Amino acid sequence: MTLLTVTNLSKQLGGVKILENINVRVKKGEFLTILGPSGSGKSTFFQLIGGLMLPDSGSIYLGNEKINGKRGYISYMPQTPSLLPWRTVMGNVLLGQELKGKKDKQLAAEMLERAGLGAYKDAYPHELSGGMKQRAAFIRALLSPQSVICLDEPFSALDEFTRLHMQKWLLSIWEEYKKTIIFVTHNIEEALFLSDRIIVFSERPATVKAEFKLPFPRPRKENILFDEQFLAIKQKIFREISGGR
Amino acid sequence: MLARGWRPAAALFLLFLFWELAVKFFETPAWLLPSPSQIFATGISEWTKFYPHLLATVKLAAAGFFIGAGTGLLTAMLLHLLPFIKESIYPLLILSQNIPIIVLAPLLIIWFGFGMLPKIIVITLVCFFPVTIAALDGFRQATPELRQYMYMAGATKGQLFWKLEFPYSLPAVFSGLKISATYSVMGAVISEWLGAQAGIGVYMTLASSSFRTDRVFVAIFFIMILSLLFFFLIKLAERFIIHWQYREDVHQ
Ligand SMILES: Nc1ncnc2c1ncn2[C@@H]1O[C@H](COP(=O)(O)OP(=O)(O)OP(=O)(O)O)[C@@H](O)[C@H]1O
Ligand SMILES: [Mg+2]
Repeated sequence: MTLLTVTNLSKQLGGVKILENINVRVKKGEFLTILGPSGSGKSTFFQLIGGLMLPDSGSIYLGNEKINGKRGYISYMPQTPSLLPWRTVMGNVLLGQELKGKKDKQLAAEMLERAGLGAYKDAYPHELSGGMKQRAAFIRALLSPQSVICLDEPFSALDEFTRLHMQKWLLSIWEEYKKTIIFVTHNIEEALFLSDRIIVFSERPATVKAEFKLPFPRPRKENILFDEQFLAIKQKIFREISGGR
Repeated sequence: MLARGWRPAAALFLLFLFWELAVKFFETPAWLLPSPSQIFATGISEWTKFYPHLLATVKLAAAGFFIGAGTGLLTAMLLHLLPFIKESIYPLLILSQNIPIIVLAPLLIIWFGFGMLPKIIVITLVCFFPVTIAALDGFRQATPELRQYMYMAGATKGQLFWKLEFPYSLPAVFSGLKISATYSVMGAVISEWLGAQAGIGVYMTLASSSFRTDRVFVAIFFIMILSLLFFFLIKLAERFIIHWQYREDVHQ
Protein backbone atom coordinates (compact mmCIF):
# COMPACT_ATOMS: atom_id res chain seq x y z
CA MET A 1 0.00 0.00 0.00
CA THR A 2 1.37 3.41 -0.95
CA LEU A 3 1.48 5.81 1.98
CA LEU A 4 3.26 8.86 0.61
CA THR A 5 2.97 9.96 -3.00
CA VAL A 6 5.05 12.79 -4.37
CA THR A 7 4.25 13.80 -7.95
CA ASN A 8 6.15 16.19 -10.25
CA LEU A 9 7.55 18.18 -7.34
CA SER A 10 9.57 21.28 -8.32
CA LYS A 11 11.06 24.03 -6.23
CA GLN A 12 13.20 27.10 -6.85
CA LEU A 13 15.02 28.95 -4.10
CA GLY A 14 16.41 32.42 -4.70
CA GLY A 15 15.94 32.03 -8.45
CA VAL A 16 17.87 28.74 -8.57
CA LYS A 17 16.15 25.49 -9.50
CA ILE A 18 16.75 23.07 -6.63
CA LEU A 19 14.27 20.26 -7.27
CA GLU A 20 12.84 19.39 -10.67
CA ASN A 21 10.01 16.98 -11.33
CA ILE A 22 10.62 14.66 -8.43
CA ASN A 23 8.38 11.58 -8.33
CA VAL A 24 8.55 9.33 -5.30
CA ARG A 25 6.18 6.73 -3.84
CA VAL A 26 6.74 5.30 -0.41
CA LYS A 27 5.00 2.13 0.73
CA LYS A 28 3.73 1.64 4.27
CA GLY A 29 6.45 0.15 6.45
CA GLU A 30 9.14 0.73 3.84
CA PHE A 31 12.66 1.96 4.54
CA LEU A 32 13.48 4.30 1.66
CA THR A 33 16.79 6.09 1.34
CA ILE A 34 17.45 9.19 -0.70
CA LEU A 35 21.05 9.29 -1.75
CA GLY A 36 22.45 12.48 -3.18
CA PRO A 37 25.52 14.69 -3.26
CA SER A 38 25.94 17.51 -0.79
CA GLY A 39 23.79 20.49 -1.66
CA SER A 40 21.58 18.56 -4.07
CA GLY A 41 18.38 19.49 -2.26
CA LYS A 42 17.72 16.58 0.10
CA SER A 43 16.91 18.77 3.08
CA THR A 44 14.80 20.99 0.83
CA PHE A 45 12.83 17.88 -0.15
CA PHE A 46 12.12 17.18 3.53
CA GLN A 47 11.13 20.78 4.15
CA LEU A 48 8.61 20.49 1.34
CA ILE A 49 6.97 17.28 2.54
CA GLY A 50 7.11 18.62 6.11
CA GLY A 51 5.09 21.62 4.97
CA LEU A 52 7.68 24.26 5.87
CA MET A 53 7.50 25.61 2.31
CA LEU A 54 5.09 25.31 -0.57
CA PRO A 55 6.36 23.64 -3.77
CA ASP A 56 6.30 25.69 -6.97
CA SER A 57 4.44 22.86 -8.62
CA GLY A 58 3.54 19.25 -7.95
CA SER A 59 1.70 17.57 -5.14
CA ILE A 60 2.36 15.61 -1.97
CA TYR A 61 -0.23 13.12 -0.74
CA LEU A 62 -0.24 11.26 2.54
CA GLY A 63 -2.76 8.48 1.93
CA ASN A 64 -5.60 10.34 0.25
CA GLU A 65 -4.89 13.70 1.84
CA LYS A 66 -3.04 16.44 0.04
CA ILE A 67 -0.46 17.85 2.46
CA ASN A 68 1.21 20.56 0.37
CA GLY A 69 2.26 23.25 2.88
CA LYS A 70 0.60 21.42 5.80
CA ARG A 71 2.66 20.91 8.92
CA GLY A 72 2.48 18.20 11.52
CA TYR A 73 1.89 15.25 9.19
CA ILE A 74 5.47 14.03 9.14
CA SER A 75 7.71 13.10 12.01
CA TYR A 76 11.19 14.44 11.59
CA MET A 77 14.68 13.95 12.91
CA PRO A 78 16.91 16.86 11.93
CA GLN A 79 20.55 16.81 10.84
CA THR A 80 21.53 18.00 14.35
CA PRO A 81 19.88 16.27 17.35
CA SER A 82 17.93 19.44 18.29
CA LEU A 83 16.96 18.45 21.80
CA LEU A 84 15.63 21.13 24.13
CA PRO A 85 18.39 21.80 26.69
CA TRP A 86 16.00 22.55 29.56
CA ARG A 87 14.13 19.28 29.26
CA THR A 88 15.26 15.91 30.53
CA VAL A 89 15.67 13.06 28.04
CA MET A 90 12.19 11.87 29.01
CA GLY A 91 10.71 15.35 28.53
CA ASN A 92 12.40 15.59 25.16
CA VAL A 93 11.26 12.28 23.72
CA LEU A 94 7.67 13.10 24.72
CA LEU A 95 7.71 16.44 22.89
CA GLY A 96 6.34 15.15 19.59
CA GLN A 97 3.35 13.54 21.34
CA GLU A 98 2.83 16.57 23.54
CA LEU A 99 2.42 18.86 20.53
CA LYS A 100 -0.29 16.67 19.02
CA GLY A 101 -2.14 15.51 22.12
CA LYS A 102 -1.63 12.46 24.31
CA LYS A 103 1.56 11.52 26.14
CA ASP A 104 2.45 7.88 26.70
CA LYS A 105 5.11 7.82 29.41
CA GLN A 106 5.06 4.07 29.78
CA LEU A 107 5.90 3.42 26.12
CA ALA A 108 8.53 6.17 26.22
CA ALA A 109 10.22 4.59 29.25
CA GLU A 110 10.13 1.22 27.52
CA MET A 111 11.73 2.57 24.35
CA LEU A 112 14.38 4.48 26.25
CA GLU A 113 15.20 1.25 28.03
CA ARG A 114 15.52 -0.55 24.69
CA ALA A 115 17.73 2.28 23.42
CA GLY A 116 20.09 1.88 26.36
CA LEU A 117 19.03 5.25 27.72
CA GLY A 118 17.04 3.86 30.65
CA ALA A 119 19.52 5.19 33.18
CA TYR A 120 19.49 8.62 31.50
CA LYS A 121 15.72 9.25 31.61
CA ASP A 122 16.18 12.20 33.95
CA ALA A 123 19.48 13.45 32.55
CA TYR A 124 19.74 16.67 30.54
CA PRO A 125 20.95 16.64 26.93
CA HIS A 126 24.32 18.19 27.77
CA GLU A 127 25.09 15.15 29.88
CA LEU A 128 24.80 12.82 26.86
CA SER A 129 27.33 11.84 24.21
CA GLY A 130 26.70 12.61 20.55
CA GLY A 131 25.44 9.10 19.84
CA MET A 132 23.11 9.14 22.83
CA LYS A 133 21.63 12.47 21.74
CA GLN A 134 20.94 11.02 18.30
CA ARG A 135 19.29 8.00 19.87
CA ALA A 136 17.09 10.26 22.00
CA ALA A 137 16.16 12.33 18.92
CA PHE A 138 15.28 9.15 17.05
CA ILE A 139 13.13 7.85 19.91
CA ARG A 140 11.36 11.22 19.90
CA ALA A 141 10.62 10.84 16.18
CA LEU A 142 9.53 7.23 16.68
CA LEU A 143 7.16 8.14 19.54
CA SER A 144 5.58 10.99 17.59
CA PRO A 145 2.08 10.12 16.38
CA GLN A 146 2.84 10.62 12.65
CA SER A 147 3.20 7.53 10.45
CA VAL A 148 6.16 8.64 8.30
CA ILE A 149 9.54 9.45 9.81
CA CYS A 150 12.07 11.57 7.91
CA LEU A 151 15.67 11.20 9.02
CA ASP A 152 18.06 13.84 7.68
CA GLU A 153 21.62 12.49 7.71
CA PRO A 154 21.27 11.51 11.36
CA PHE A 155 24.68 9.87 11.62
CA SER A 156 26.83 12.17 9.51
CA ALA A 157 28.31 13.89 12.56
CA LEU A 158 29.33 10.66 14.28
CA ASP A 159 32.67 8.89 14.08
CA GLU A 160 32.96 5.68 12.05
CA PHE A 161 32.69 3.30 15.05
CA THR A 162 29.68 4.95 16.62
CA ARG A 163 28.07 5.20 13.22
CA LEU A 164 28.08 1.46 12.49
CA HIS A 165 26.86 0.81 15.99
CA MET A 166 24.04 3.33 15.55
CA GLN A 167 23.07 1.90 12.17
CA LYS A 168 22.67 -1.56 13.67
CA TRP A 169 20.77 -0.13 16.59
CA LEU A 170 18.45 1.82 14.27
CA LEU A 171 17.67 -1.31 12.28
CA SER A 172 16.96 -3.39 15.37
CA ILE A 173 14.48 -0.79 16.65
CA TRP A 174 12.92 -0.23 13.24
CA GLU A 175 12.50 -3.92 12.54
CA GLU A 176 10.49 -4.12 15.74
CA TYR A 177 8.24 -1.08 15.31
CA LYS A 178 7.96 -1.09 11.51
CA LYS A 179 7.34 2.58 10.89
CA THR A 180 7.73 4.05 7.42
CA ILE A 181 11.12 5.72 7.11
CA ILE A 182 12.59 8.12 4.58
CA PHE A 183 16.29 8.36 5.24
CA VAL A 184 18.64 10.90 3.71
CA THR A 185 22.37 10.37 3.38
CA HIS A 186 25.31 10.89 1.07
CA ASN A 187 27.00 7.73 2.25
CA ILE A 188 26.46 4.88 -0.24
CA GLU A 189 27.36 2.10 2.14
CA GLU A 190 25.01 3.39 4.79
CA ALA A 191 22.19 3.53 2.23
CA LEU A 192 22.87 -0.05 1.11
CA PHE A 193 23.10 -1.45 4.60
CA LEU A 194 19.89 0.10 5.88
CA SER A 195 17.29 0.37 3.16
CA ASP A 196 14.72 -1.59 1.17
CA ARG A 197 15.02 0.80 -1.71
CA ILE A 198 17.39 3.62 -2.73
CA ILE A 199 16.58 6.68 -4.81
CA VAL A 200 19.52 8.60 -6.22
CA PHE A 201 19.24 12.36 -6.62
CA SER A 202 21.31 14.05 -9.32
CA GLU A 203 23.24 17.22 -8.70
CA ARG A 204 21.38 20.53 -8.78
CA PRO A 205 18.69 20.75 -10.00
CA ALA A 206 17.89 17.41 -8.39
CA THR A 207 15.96 14.85 -10.37
CA VAL A 208 15.47 11.20 -9.56
CA LYS A 209 18.36 9.73 -11.45
CA ALA A 210 18.15 6.08 -10.56
CA GLU A 211 16.37 3.68 -8.30
CA PHE A 212 17.63 0.46 -6.73
CA LYS A 213 15.66 -2.26 -5.00
CA LEU A 214 17.81 -4.10 -2.48
CA PRO A 215 17.45 -7.87 -2.28
CA PHE A 216 19.10 -8.35 1.14
CA PRO A 217 17.04 -10.22 3.73
CA ARG A 218 15.83 -8.77 7.04
CA PRO A 219 16.96 -8.76 9.75
CA ARG A 220 20.11 -7.34 8.20
CA LYS A 221 23.44 -8.80 9.23
CA GLU A 222 26.69 -6.92 9.31
CA ASN A 223 28.36 -9.46 7.04
CA ILE A 224 26.36 -8.33 4.00
CA LEU A 225 28.80 -5.42 3.90
CA PHE A 226 31.26 -7.89 2.29
CA ASP A 227 28.69 -9.73 0.20
CA GLU A 228 29.43 -9.93 -3.54
CA GLN A 229 25.99 -8.67 -4.47
CA PHE A 230 26.40 -5.76 -2.04
CA LEU A 231 29.66 -4.73 -3.65
CA ALA A 232 28.17 -5.08 -7.13
CA ILE A 233 25.29 -2.75 -6.35
CA LYS A 234 27.64 -0.38 -4.61
CA GLN A 235 29.70 -0.22 -7.78
CA LYS A 236 26.62 0.37 -9.90
CA ILE A 237 25.47 3.24 -7.71
CA PHE A 238 28.94 4.68 -7.64
CA ARG A 239 29.07 4.66 -11.43
CA GLU A 240 25.62 6.21 -11.58
CA ILE A 241 26.73 9.08 -9.38
CA SER A 242 30.14 9.77 -10.87
CA GLY A 243 28.99 9.13 -14.46
CA GLY A 244 26.79 12.20 -14.30
CA ARG A 245 29.67 14.59 -13.87
CA MET B 1 32.11 33.27 44.67
CA LEU B 2 33.96 33.91 47.92
CA ALA B 3 37.22 33.03 46.28
CA ARG B 4 36.70 35.63 43.56
CA GLY B 5 35.20 38.20 45.97
CA TRP B 6 38.45 39.20 47.63
CA ARG B 7 39.70 41.40 44.77
CA PRO B 8 36.85 43.94 44.76
CA ALA B 9 36.77 43.75 48.56
CA ALA B 10 40.46 44.62 48.73
CA ALA B 11 40.01 47.46 46.20
CA LEU B 12 37.14 48.86 48.24
CA PHE B 13 39.15 48.61 51.45
CA LEU B 14 42.06 50.49 49.87
CA LEU B 15 39.71 53.19 48.58
CA PHE B 16 38.22 53.69 52.05
CA LEU B 17 41.68 53.74 53.61
CA PHE B 18 42.82 56.40 51.15
CA TRP B 19 39.67 58.42 51.75
CA GLU B 20 40.06 58.21 55.56
CA LEU B 21 43.70 59.29 55.43
CA ALA B 22 43.01 62.10 52.96
CA VAL B 23 40.22 63.53 55.12
CA LYS B 24 42.49 63.33 58.22
CA PHE B 25 45.45 64.81 56.39
CA PHE B 26 43.63 67.80 54.82
CA GLU B 27 41.44 68.27 57.91
CA THR B 28 38.34 68.48 55.74
CA PRO B 29 35.31 69.68 57.72
CA ALA B 30 32.68 66.97 58.20
CA TRP B 31 29.88 68.98 56.51
CA LEU B 32 31.98 69.02 53.33
CA LEU B 33 33.25 65.46 53.30
CA PRO B 34 33.01 63.15 56.30
CA SER B 35 35.49 60.29 56.64
CA PRO B 36 34.34 56.66 56.26
CA SER B 37 34.75 56.07 60.00
CA GLN B 38 32.51 59.07 60.75
CA ILE B 39 29.92 57.81 58.28
CA PHE B 40 30.06 54.37 59.86
CA ALA B 41 29.57 55.83 63.33
CA THR B 42 26.62 57.91 62.12
CA GLY B 43 25.15 54.84 60.50
CA ILE B 44 25.20 53.00 63.81
CA SER B 45 23.86 55.84 65.95
CA GLU B 46 21.17 56.69 63.39
CA TRP B 47 20.10 53.09 62.76
CA THR B 48 16.85 53.15 64.75
CA LYS B 49 15.81 56.38 63.01
CA PHE B 50 16.99 55.20 59.62
CA TYR B 51 15.55 51.70 59.70
CA PRO B 52 11.88 52.66 58.97
CA HIS B 53 13.01 54.70 55.94
CA LEU B 54 15.06 51.78 54.68
CA LEU B 55 12.12 49.41 55.05
CA ALA B 56 9.79 51.80 53.19
CA THR B 57 12.22 52.04 50.28
CA VAL B 58 12.75 48.27 50.15
CA LYS B 59 9.00 47.74 49.93
CA LEU B 60 8.52 50.44 47.32
CA ALA B 61 11.45 49.25 45.19
CA ALA B 62 10.35 45.61 45.37
CA ALA B 63 6.74 46.44 44.45
CA GLY B 64 7.93 48.73 41.65
CA PHE B 65 10.37 46.10 40.38
CA PHE B 66 7.75 43.37 40.16
CA ILE B 67 5.23 45.63 38.46
CA GLY B 68 7.86 47.17 36.17
CA ALA B 69 9.50 43.87 35.20
CA GLY B 70 6.10 42.27 34.71
CA THR B 71 5.04 45.14 32.46
CA GLY B 72 8.31 44.79 30.57
CA LEU B 73 7.84 41.09 29.99
CA LEU B 74 4.22 41.46 28.94
CA THR B 75 5.14 44.28 26.55
CA ALA B 76 7.84 42.12 25.00
CA MET B 77 5.45 39.18 24.59
CA LEU B 78 2.82 41.39 23.00
CA LEU B 79 5.29 42.95 20.59
CA HIS B 80 6.77 39.55 19.73
CA LEU B 81 3.49 37.75 19.09
CA LEU B 82 1.89 40.66 17.21
CA PRO B 83 4.59 41.93 14.85
CA PHE B 84 2.35 44.61 13.29
CA ILE B 85 2.02 46.24 16.73
CA LYS B 86 5.76 46.08 17.16
CA GLU B 87 6.39 48.31 14.17
CA SER B 88 4.15 51.07 15.47
CA ILE B 89 4.95 50.88 19.19
CA TYR B 90 8.68 50.20 19.26
CA PRO B 91 9.77 53.80 18.49
CA LEU B 92 7.41 55.06 21.20
CA LEU B 93 9.08 52.74 23.71
CA ILE B 94 12.46 54.20 22.93
CA LEU B 95 11.03 57.71 23.20
CA SER B 96 9.60 56.84 26.61
CA GLN B 97 13.18 56.38 27.78
CA ASN B 98 14.08 59.89 26.70
CA ILE B 99 11.63 61.63 29.03
CA PRO B 100 13.65 63.03 31.93
CA ILE B 101 12.17 61.50 35.09
CA ILE B 102 12.90 64.68 37.03
CA VAL B 103 10.56 66.58 34.69
CA LEU B 104 7.94 63.88 34.53
CA ALA B 105 7.73 63.29 38.27
CA PRO B 106 6.10 66.62 39.29
CA LEU B 107 3.58 66.17 36.48
CA LEU B 108 2.70 62.72 37.78
CA ILE B 109 2.10 64.22 41.20
CA ILE B 110 -0.24 66.83 39.71
CA TRP B 111 -2.15 64.09 37.91
CA PHE B 112 -2.18 61.33 40.50
CA GLY B 113 -1.51 62.98 43.87
CA PHE B 114 0.97 61.83 46.51
CA GLY B 115 -0.10 58.19 46.79
CA MET B 116 1.64 55.04 45.62
CA LEU B 117 0.52 55.30 41.99
CA PRO B 118 2.86 58.04 40.70
CA LYS B 119 5.81 56.39 42.48
CA ILE B 120 5.05 53.01 40.95
CA ILE B 121 4.73 54.67 37.55
CA VAL B 122 8.18 56.25 37.91
CA ILE B 123 9.80 52.93 38.90
CA THR B 124 7.95 51.06 36.17
CA LEU B 125 9.17 53.57 33.64
CA VAL B 126 12.81 52.96 34.55
CA CYS B 127 12.40 49.19 35.08
CA PHE B 128 10.38 47.89 32.16
CA PHE B 129 12.67 48.92 29.33
CA PRO B 130 15.73 46.72 30.01
CA VAL B 131 13.44 43.71 30.44
CA THR B 132 11.49 44.44 27.24
CA ILE B 133 14.62 44.83 25.14
CA ALA B 134 16.32 41.77 26.62
CA ALA B 135 13.22 39.59 26.23
CA LEU B 136 12.53 40.72 22.66
CA ASP B 137 16.08 39.79 21.83
CA GLY B 138 15.82 36.50 23.70
CA PHE B 139 12.63 35.40 21.95
CA ARG B 140 14.46 35.50 18.63
CA GLN B 141 17.48 33.53 19.82
CA ALA B 142 16.09 30.00 19.44
CA THR B 143 18.14 28.25 16.73
CA PRO B 144 16.64 27.75 13.24
CA GLU B 145 17.04 23.97 13.63
CA LEU B 146 14.87 23.88 16.74
CA ARG B 147 12.31 26.18 15.13
CA GLN B 148 12.21 23.97 12.08
CA TYR B 149 11.75 20.88 14.22
CA MET B 150 8.88 22.45 16.14
CA TYR B 151 7.13 23.58 12.97
CA MET B 152 7.54 20.23 11.21
CA ALA B 153 6.13 18.50 14.27
CA GLY B 154 3.04 20.66 13.82
CA ALA B 155 3.54 23.14 16.69
CA THR B 156 1.09 26.04 16.78
CA LYS B 157 2.35 29.60 17.24
CA GLY B 158 1.44 29.41 20.93
CA GLN B 159 3.22 26.09 21.41
CA LEU B 160 6.27 27.43 19.62
CA PHE B 161 6.35 30.37 22.00
CA TRP B 162 5.76 28.58 25.29
CA LYS B 163 7.71 25.40 24.58
CA LEU B 164 10.64 26.89 22.68
CA GLU B 165 11.01 30.66 22.44
CA PHE B 166 10.13 31.53 26.02
CA PRO B 167 12.39 29.02 27.78
CA TYR B 168 15.15 29.81 25.32
CA SER B 169 14.91 33.52 26.16
CA LEU B 170 15.26 33.06 29.93
CA PRO B 171 19.01 33.71 30.14
CA ALA B 172 18.53 36.96 28.20
CA VAL B 173 15.49 37.92 30.26
CA PHE B 174 17.49 37.45 33.43
CA SER B 175 20.21 39.82 32.29
CA GLY B 176 17.47 42.40 31.72
CA LEU B 177 16.03 41.66 35.15
CA LYS B 178 19.40 42.23 36.80
CA ILE B 179 19.64 45.71 35.29
CA SER B 180 16.05 46.47 36.24
CA ALA B 181 16.57 45.33 39.80
CA THR B 182 19.36 47.84 40.35
CA TYR B 183 17.39 50.59 38.56
CA SER B 184 14.39 49.93 40.76
CA VAL B 185 16.23 51.13 43.89
CA MET B 186 17.28 54.36 42.14
CA GLY B 187 13.74 54.77 40.82
CA ALA B 188 12.29 54.32 44.30
CA VAL B 189 14.62 56.93 45.83
CA ILE B 190 13.87 59.45 43.08
CA SER B 191 10.15 58.92 43.42
CA GLU B 192 10.44 59.50 47.17
CA TRP B 193 11.97 62.90 46.54
CA LEU B 194 8.57 63.84 45.15
CA GLY B 195 7.12 63.59 48.59
CA ALA B 196 6.52 60.60 50.81
CA GLN B 197 5.97 59.74 54.47
CA ALA B 198 9.11 57.68 54.73
CA GLY B 199 11.91 56.34 52.55
CA ILE B 200 15.63 56.77 51.94
CA GLY B 201 14.76 59.57 49.49
CA VAL B 202 12.93 61.47 52.25
CA TYR B 203 15.74 60.89 54.75
CA MET B 204 18.24 62.10 52.18
CA THR B 205 16.35 65.33 51.44
CA LEU B 206 16.09 66.12 55.15
CA ALA B 207 19.76 65.35 55.71
CA SER B 208 21.05 67.46 52.84
CA SER B 209 18.85 70.45 53.68
CA SER B 210 20.30 70.47 57.20
CA PHE B 211 23.88 69.99 55.88
CA ARG B 212 24.24 66.59 57.56
CA THR B 213 26.57 65.30 54.89
CA ASP B 214 27.41 62.23 56.99
CA ARG B 215 23.73 61.21 56.89
CA VAL B 216 23.59 61.76 53.14
CA PHE B 217 26.50 59.37 52.82
CA VAL B 218 24.80 56.82 55.04
CA ALA B 219 21.84 57.00 52.67
CA ILE B 220 24.09 56.66 49.62
CA PHE B 221 25.82 53.60 51.03
CA PHE B 222 22.54 51.94 51.84
CA ILE B 223 21.27 52.62 48.32
CA MET B 224 24.36 50.88 46.96
CA ILE B 225 24.03 47.95 49.34
CA LEU B 226 20.37 47.60 48.45
CA SER B 227 21.07 47.65 44.72
CA LEU B 228 23.72 44.98 45.16
CA LEU B 229 21.40 42.89 47.28
CA PHE B 230 18.65 43.06 44.68
CA PHE B 231 21.16 42.13 42.00
CA PHE B 232 22.32 39.07 43.90
CA LEU B 233 18.78 37.97 44.67
CA ILE B 234 18.03 37.97 40.94
CA LYS B 235 21.26 36.10 40.28
CA LEU B 236 20.25 33.51 42.83
CA ALA B 237 16.83 33.11 41.24
CA GLU B 238 18.55 32.77 37.87
CA ARG B 239 20.75 29.95 39.09
CA PHE B 240 17.75 28.20 40.48
CA ILE B 241 15.57 28.57 37.39
CA ILE B 242 18.11 28.15 34.58
CA HIS B 243 19.87 25.24 36.22
CA TRP B 244 20.46 23.45 32.88
CA GLN B 245 22.72 26.24 31.67
CA TYR B 246 24.80 26.45 34.82
CA ARG B 247 25.39 22.72 34.83
CA GLU B 248 26.47 23.03 31.23
CA ASP B 249 29.04 25.66 32.20
CA VAL B 250 30.44 23.35 34.84
CA HIS B 251 30.88 20.57 32.31
CA GLN B 252 32.77 22.61 29.77
N1 LIG C 1 16.83 30.18 0.80
C1 LIG C 1 17.64 29.74 -0.18
N2 LIG C 1 17.94 30.52 -1.24
C2 LIG C 1 18.74 30.09 -2.22
N3 LIG C 1 19.33 28.89 -2.24
C3 LIG C 1 19.09 28.06 -1.20
C4 LIG C 1 18.24 28.44 -0.11
N4 LIG C 1 18.19 27.41 0.76
C5 LIG C 1 18.98 26.45 0.25
N5 LIG C 1 19.52 26.82 -0.92
C6 LIG C 1 20.40 26.01 -1.79
O1 LIG C 1 19.69 24.85 -2.11
C7 LIG C 1 20.59 23.76 -2.27
C8 LIG C 1 20.03 22.56 -1.59
O2 LIG C 1 20.10 22.70 -0.21
P1 LIG C 1 19.79 21.48 0.78
O3 LIG C 1 20.06 21.94 2.16
O4 LIG C 1 18.43 20.98 0.48
O5 LIG C 1 20.87 20.41 0.31
P2 LIG C 1 21.23 19.00 0.96
O6 LIG C 1 21.12 18.01 -0.13
O7 LIG C 1 20.42 18.77 2.17
O8 LIG C 1 22.74 19.21 1.32
P3 LIG C 1 23.60 18.56 2.53
O9 LIG C 1 23.93 17.17 2.12
O10 LIG C 1 24.81 19.43 2.58
O11 LIG C 1 22.76 18.64 3.76
C9 LIG C 1 21.93 24.22 -1.71
O12 LIG C 1 22.83 24.34 -2.79
C10 LIG C 1 21.65 25.57 -1.10
O13 LIG C 1 22.71 26.44 -1.37
MG1 LIG D 1 20.86 18.67 4.24
